[in-house]
Amino acid sequence: MKTVSVADIIKKVKDACMSANFELGADVITAFENAKEKEASPVGREIFDQLLENLKIAKDEKIALCQDTGFVVCFVELGDEVKVEGGNLVAAINEGVRQGYKEGYLRNSICHPFTRKNTGDNTPAVVHLELVPGHQLKITLAPKGAGSENMSRVTMLKPSDGVEGIKKFVMERVRESGANPCPPIIVGVGIGGTLEKAALIAKKALLRPIGSINSDPDAAKLEKELLAAINGLGIGPQGLGGSTTALAVHVEVFPCHIASLPVAVNINCHASRHKEIVL
Amino acid sequence: MGELTIQTPLSDEVVSKLRSGDKILLNGVVYTARDAAHKRLVELIGRGEPLPFDLPGQIIYYVGPTPARPGKPIGSAGPTTSFRMDVYAPTLIEQGIKGMIGKGARSKEVINAMKRHKCVYFTTVGGAGALLSKRIKKAEVIAYEDLGPEAIRRLEVDHFPLFVVNDIYGNDLYQEGLKKYARQ
Repeated sequence: MKTVSVADIIKKVKDACMSANFELGADVITAFENAKEKEASPVGREIFDQLLENLKIAKDEKIALCQDTGFVVCFVELGDEVKVEGGNLVAAINEGVRQGYKEGYLRNSICHPFTRKNTGDNTPAVVHLELVPGHQLKITLAPKGAGSENMSRVTMLKPSDGVEGIKKFVMERVRESGANPCPPIIVGVGIGGTLEKAALIAKKALLRPIGSINSDPDAAKLEKELLAAINGLGIGPQGLGGSTTALAVHVEVFPCHIASLPVAVNINCHASRHKEIVL
Repeated sequence: MGELTIQTPLSDEVVSKLRSGDKILLNGVVYTARDAAHKRLVELIGRGEPLPFDLPGQIIYYVGPTPARPGKPIGSAGPTTSFRMDVYAPTLIEQGIKGMIGKGARSKEVINAMKRHKCVYFTTVGGAGALLSKRIKKAEVIAYEDLGPEAIRRLEVDHFPLFVVNDIYGNDLYQEGLKKYARQ
């Protein structure tokens, strides 16, 4: 049995909240640079320059790269040989969020759905807990902005709709979203499972390194075809027209019921923020 | 598509010169308001009560900034999605605002009100909040402090970069961009 203290979890979550909001991964920066080279629109290329400059300022001055510092979503993989000591795991994550958002001068964006009263400390986080074999506690922390989350949808297609139906749903979603989710976007597509499983794997798809390819050849083919079609829409950086609407399409697949074909589209803005904590 | 430097408050004469696609550098004052502040402003107008600032000639920026670090006027401050304000915007346009800054397409009702009352819709780069904060020289909460990030702030901006999306002649930069770059 391995023990992990809640004090350690709080500290790591606090630091991850801040660093996720100040600095993007190398995969995103490379994706910006590559897309800028290929972008057909001069205004689009200028937007990539602004995004790259923005990242530099955010990192150097420890200022949030986007004012929407997001809803903290945590995917937790808890090893069955790990014991959390000194308190509750979810409470520790929330305490880390509370401290990180205060210390990092990050925006508190969480409120009651009816009264709209702000909770004042960006909690609660959304925590997805999975029990796995082993001696490790892994937390993947992803602050998710609402501009792109609001453009996301789940649908229950008929089995007869098939791959063409899936493509149609994804394309309509991206087309209708236009400039709202801050393109260039990353499109997470969850296919199969149940209503909530499709949404969950669509969100997990957003955590993959940008441009990574699904090991399932059918899913990989769909990723490639959807990316080409989305970038043919002309929406472009910030919706002002151009050849880069999406930086990547990531598809995740799960078996589904013989009567169902659930499909979820979870859109991420270009601020693809996530950090991994391993204890 | 031109490049212009303009100063607030905006007159009908200045607004008439702007065309969709123009690159603008804005100097002067803008007022921030998001969902909750819009709701309160429109309720005040409905009751005929005084507003926290005079609307004619002003620009409203849809933004909820991050808290300012000590010694800085403001934190990260990029645009939020505009369609959530569409239900309130025509009332404010009728009251004389001359510009709105946000991101994403507007409703027919908002676009019609803009044409009728000479108001333009600008956008700036979403997700570039750190960069944009450098163009904001002063920020002061003037109303609804209880709303936190959604309070109304008076911002003084210097060379704040914008694009004109909707002008008063019915042109729309989002539609033009699609026409120019769509491959299917």
